[in-house]
Amino acid sequence: MSSVLAPLLAVGIDDWWVQTVLRVVVGLVALLLPAGTLVYLFLFKMMSFMQSRLGPMEAGPYGSLQLLAEVGKWLQKEDIFPAKADKYVFALAPFVVLISTFLLVLVLPGGPDAYFVNLDVGIYFALAVSSISVIGILMAGWASASKYALMGGIRAAGQLIAYELPLVLAVLGVVIQAESLNMNTIVARQAEWEIFGIGAFGMPFIVTQFLGFAIFMVAIQAELTQPPFDMPVAESEIVTGYLTEYSGIRFLLFFIGEFATAGVFSAIGAVLFLGGWWVPFIDPTNNIFNVIGPLVLAGKMILLAFFIFWFRVTFPRFREDQLQRLAWKVLVPLALLNIFVTGILKVVF
Amino acid sequence: MPQIPGMIKGLGVTAKIFLQTVFPVRGWKTIIPAPSIGAHTVQYPREKEAPPTRARGVIALHEENCTACMLCARECPDWCIYIEGHKELAPPRRAGGKPRQKNKLDRFDIDFALCMYCGICVEVCPFEALFWSPEYEFSEPRIADLLHDKARLADWMETVPAFTEYEAGAEQKVKKVPEIEAS
Amino acid sequence: MTDTLDPRTGGPTGPRPIIESTVSSQEQMRYIGQQAADARLNVEIETEGMTLNMGPQHPATHGTLRLVAKLDGEQVVSAEPIMGYMHRGYEKLTEVRTYPQVTTLVNRIDWLGSFANEVPFILAAEQLMEIEAPPRAKWIRTILFELSRISNIALFLGDMGVQLGAVTPVFLAFRDREFVLNQVEAVTGGRFHPNFDRIGGLKDDLPAGWIEETKAVMVKMRAFCDELETLLMGNEIFQARCRGIGVIPPAVAQEYGLSGANLRASGVDWDMRRDNNYGMAYDECDWKVWTHPDGDSYARYWVRLQETREATYIVDQLLDSMPSGPIMAKVPRIIKVPAGEAYVATENPLGAMGYYIVSQGELTPFRVKIRSASFSNMSVSPWVLKGVFVPDIITILASLYFILGDIDR
Repeated sequence: MSSVLAPLLAVGIDDWWVQTVLRVVVGLVALLLPAGTLVYLFLFKMMSFMQSRLGPMEAGPYGSLQLLAEVGKWLQKEDIFPAKADKYVFALAPFVVLISTFLLVLVLPGGPDAYFVNLDVGIYFALAVSSISVIGILMAGWASASKYALMGGIRAAGQLIAYELPLVLAVLGVVIQAESLNMNTIVARQAEWEIFGIGAFGMPFIVTQFLGFAIFMVAIQAELTQPPFDMPVAESEIVTGYLTEYSGIRFLLFFIGEFATAGVFSAIGAVLFLGGWWVPFIDPTNNIFNVIGPLVLAGKMILLAFFIFWFRVTFPRFREDQLQRLAWKVLVPLALLNIFVTGILKVVF
Repeated sequence: MPQIPGMIKGLGVTAKIFLQTVFPVRGWKTIIPAPSIGAHTVQYPREKEAPPTRARGVIALHEENCTACMLCARECPDWCIYIEGHKELAPPRRAGGKPRQKNKLDRFDIDFALCMYCGICVEVCPFEALFWSPEYEFSEPRIADLLHDKARLADWMETVPAFTEYEAGAEQKVKKVPEIEAS
Repeated sequence: MTDTLDPRTGGPTGPRPIIESTVSSQEQMRYIGQQAADARLNVEIETEGMTLNMGPQHPATHGTLRLVAKLDGEQVVSAEPIMGYMHRGYEKLTEVRTYPQVTTLVNRIDWLGSFANEVPFILAAEQLMEIEAPPRAKWIRTILFELSRISNIALFLGDMGVQLGAVTPVFLAFRDREFVLNQVEAVTGGRFHPNFDRIGGLKDDLPAGWIEETKAVMVKMRAFCDELETLLMGNEIFQARCRGIGVIPPAVAQEYGLSGANLRASGVDWDMRRDNNYGMAYDECDWKVWTHPDGDSYARYWVRLQETREATYIVDQLLDSMPSGPIMAKVPRIIKVPAGEAYVATENPLGAMGYYIVSQGELTPFRVKIRSASFSNMSVSPWVLKGVFVPDIITILASLYFILGDIDR
């Protein structure tokens, strides 16, 4: 690294600035690349195959450049502001959602030393920051000055806030078992576990926290407003809900944000439940993880995202009162039960 | 034995369709993904589905049979057929007979922008001068070019397929498409 | 001043008294005019509740239907469908078209099951002419009628999924419908507008190999019904969305003139193919009428799915028992239907469709009244949409299943 920094240091640019810029750039790449991959692989291709059709095939080989074509299309569209819209709130809403996602990316560990920031309250920070997107959605719904958008925004607010709780409680089970909020420590704990004295396997927390994993998957399906929880963007009723009045680059930002958030949440799930960047049989402090760790994490992220999109294709959507009932009457008690049992077992063993 | 919840069975259906689409080939080649074969999409314009023989694509005119009786123009629900003709004297059939009056076509246009592709003109023609052809790729950049004149309608005759054989039990006789002489 | 009654007020017509204008300024006039133009419901200034206009362009309303719903939060206080955005003037058009031309036109009323539109018209004309189609023509007519039912309802089965958010069933529906449409095209030449029925029989006979192919297609359609039963009907979310939603009791259903699967889903055992069969071959095969006691949206979906499967069985039986013979009875070349009136209604995919033909012995009918199923099916929507949530509006409208061309003609 010093050879790269040397010419910059000679000019007088501080090391801290270089690190920060590097972090931002890599962070953006870590945000957009999974989004693009997920969009192509799952939205365009996997969904199409499950519907017995091919998906985009024209743009690029097998339609791989379709996302670029879509990005180009949205960029060159007119940025329409509804006449009665609240201008600044309307303009800022997509950025609020994206900032929330970007902040989430920062706590993802790619390897024992390959991280953006190593917060001791890593997962706590992630959960707190993910709630900011709710504000962005509410801003979008309110500022659009359209009945459909308002209905979508209000539905979204109720849904997202309701499903925050099972999400947090499901993660709490992992935290209790790992005894730490730090993301890297959680991965290390999953690597350290020993079954019958054999340490090489480790144990991803999905084995013991299966209930927490199930609740986590349902909760992130709802946090991402994907079917069966896509009442806020129920296309056949309220024409994309809070997104109705957006066009051009702002819609693109929402769109990218949706898939980037899907990627990030899947990655967080992979870290919490599947062992993150760790692969069995290799010592977790090995330096090789700084190189292959991000790839391993990406692979696990794609696995979890596969499930998200598989559910998206198969299920119809819940009505919002059924949604709320599921969250409050089913998921929260189950999550509390999970914490209860985990706590007891942690103390006993 | 508890029933598998319907949602899981539904996931099974989509997974099955996914596997059918991505791995359609039977035999040892099964593991190679081949969605282009497995999916039901026909990648037009690279692949084209052949329409059935009776498909109503475009109308062809066999001018020899046409006597400008105007029945097709009258029966067309859209009035999209424009016919003009004049009478001519043709030589008598036998020596010493009367000269015959024949109708000669000046103009026979079908406006395919208006045409409903209903087939009443083809059906109503008493002299079997109109035929259906399954050709469907004749879109034009200008609407006016969708008015096909006599020459173009005669060109379509080359694409008219032979009439299909009937199922067992039918009492109809299969009609014949007239031969077009090479010109 | 005459004593005639003004039909609007019931009072005598004549010079009207001068009413003092209560509008004080141009501004107010313009505002009130704007409000009145907005929707028929919006004449006074609203102070509470929200009027949601699911306008003519909307993903959920199968076409250009406008539904003005007054909401209180997410609950509907009142809902009114406003039809007519697709009115094409069919009944007027038929007054200046000959009978073959009318047959072509009426294909386009219910465009998804288009052969089914021709049949009652032709049957009514045949009744007036006192002609009966030969048996082979009756068989093939019934087979094509059931094929149009299968293709229409197959689309409904997928479409209801899309209205509820499940994106996969509609693709499966389109995929499997293609097979049926290919069969229709092989016989008639047109996938969507067959234009095949003629007074006295059919236009042409079946091409060779059609019977075997159609039997294979029926097997595929049965597999499609099974797939949808597992994917959509067995899904707990679908059931939670549909069970108990939009319950229409049988008495109300009959009062509002519902027909077809909507009526059968309310428990009324009513099927015109069995009870009022005229000119078709339904009594030649063994089939069942499906009813459901619940009367909710799930029941309507369930009944239609069973009907689709039953239709495949009917087609199979008719294909097996196809008689040989001519395809057309002896009819004059130029068809002039003798003077008289005839009404024939059949059990179309959407419900009961009937044509009332008044003929004066001309080449063209004098007047044709088209009784379309969706128009009457929609009339129950203000009653059934009271008090439901906004998502349930979509569920109920989807389950009532109307085609705009059928409503507006």
